[in-house]
Amino acid sequence: MTQLELNGSVPVKPPRTSFYLFLSGLVIIVFLSAVYIEADPVQFALNSANMLDLLVRMVPPDWSYFVTTTPAMLDTIRMALIGTTIGTIFSIPIMFLCARNMFSAQWLVQGCRLALNILRTIPDLLLAAIFAAILGFSPLAGIAALGVFSIGIIAKLSYEAIENIDDGPLESMTAVGATKLQWIAFGVIPQVLPHIVSYILYTFEINIRAAAILGLVGAGGIGLFYNRALGYFAYDQVMALILYTLVVVVIIDFISLKIREHLL
Amino acid sequence: MRASHSLTKQNYMRRAKFILLFIIISSMYIWAFAGIQYSGLLDSAWPVTKSIISGFVSPDLEYIYNREGEDLLRGLVETLAIAVVGIALSVVLAVPIGLWAARNLSSRYYLSSSGKVSLSFLRTLPDIVLALLFIKVVGPGAFAGMLALGIGAIGMLGKLYAEEVEGMDPGPVEAIIAVGGNKWQQLAFGVIPQVVPGFISATLYRFEINMRSAATLGVIGAGGIGTPLIFSIQSRNWERVGIILIGIVIVVLIVDLLSSYLRKKIV
Repeated sequence: MTQLELNGSVPVKPPRTSFYLFLSGLVIIVFLSAVYIEADPVQFALNSANMLDLLVRMVPPDWSYFVTTTPAMLDTIRMALIGTTIGTIFSIPIMFLCARNMFSAQWLVQGCRLALNILRTIPDLLLAAIFAAILGFSPLAGIAALGVFSIGIIAKLSYEAIENIDDGPLESMTAVGATKLQWIAFGVIPQVLPHIVSYILYTFEINIRAAAILGLVGAGGIGLFYNRALGYFAYDQVMALILYTLVVVVIIDFISLKIREHLL
Repeated sequence: MRASHSLTKQNYMRRAKFILLFIIISSMYIWAFAGIQYSGLLDSAWPVTKSIISGFVSPDLEYIYNREGEDLLRGLVETLAIAVVGIALSVVLAVPIGLWAARNLSSRYYLSSSGKVSLSFLRTLPDIVLALLFIKVVGPGAFAGMLALGIGAIGMLGKLYAEEVEGMDPGPVEAIIAVGGNKWQQLAFGVIPQVVPGFISATLYRFEINMRSAATLGVIGAGGIGTPLIFSIQSRNWERVGIILIGIVIVVLIVDLLSSYLRKKIV
């Protein structure tokens, strides 16, 4: 049987014109975009000596800056912690409203999802710039920005977890006449709690990174020092800041990863 | 008897663990709240909030298109262009690094782990800090922003690529080895065809993130829509802030929708 087929004519390769068209279209878009933003490799090459010089001036890092900036670094961690907490508190009602299997009113669910999607499109740094204008140049602005920013992540991930739960327990609770709140408290929460805690920790990791740069728009934390060090062309201090942030982020990521592994 | 004894013991252990956790978490929060300086809300907080809200309700529609000078459309196109060129640059750079960091492609463990370590180092550098550094090299503007996004995305893309390669089916590569294919042939015909959909999906995902980052880069002078936004915030021109934010929301939503549609189609 196979023999017979093999003896027949070799199948012709399907034409791949559309693929090549797509690929060349992509290349043209990238090229036009590069022209539009005046991306000039020659200029980059000419200035690469500049970059080398910058890198050379970054080492050795100014180790004393680790001590100087520690209060600001602690502020950064505080901002992330409180911001994540506030975001979590606000996310709790939103995540239930967004889950399709919690409420029968679909217009409510879809409306909440749309609001959540819109919220998630606003970048954290822009939120921080707006809150800095409202609340002044203090960590409060950073906390508010991170709080709002966290809602987008926590509520989104959590409502997806809620939609994936097993409805067996829910059905049996409905059968014995549980109210909506009992239904959520004993049927839904126990199933999704480990996931939600894991998402909160994940958001906390993201918020630590975000909090480190919010100071650039005046929202407190270690970002203020980035501005200062770059303004004074003190690249050894910039390097110290980068390394310090790196160390803190790695430690917090590690702890959070261990807890998350334990949870799930 | 003995069973119930060990059960109560287990219960005590659980309770002790719970109390310990409670103490750790609450002391963390006490530390956090005690350390924040509440300078009190500014007197201007409420008026500013009111004018922000009124600015959002009546956005500056004239700013959308302006024949001469900068306008919203030009800013948004520039933001898109920064994200597009940035992602192209990082794909070109991240594919070799991702293959280098994939554990199942290299025979020596330290080779792939050195790739992993350099990727994590890149991941911890925020895009904004990279942009600040590139501004010093090529001057302020969209080019610096593009370079920052291009370099900044390598860490994440390389990691996703490496994970994609590690999760592939080893069968085709083994078959190519069995018929005597060399390293390059293994890569070109065994590895690449399998991982391309995953690579594209990861790239699209990162492109969405790039779009958001490109919108913020202007805050520090690296081009895109963020530059007029931060100027408008500083000059308290809330009508303009409103229209710019609306523009960002619409473009990011469109990009997200398109990208998630494409990703669903590919995977």
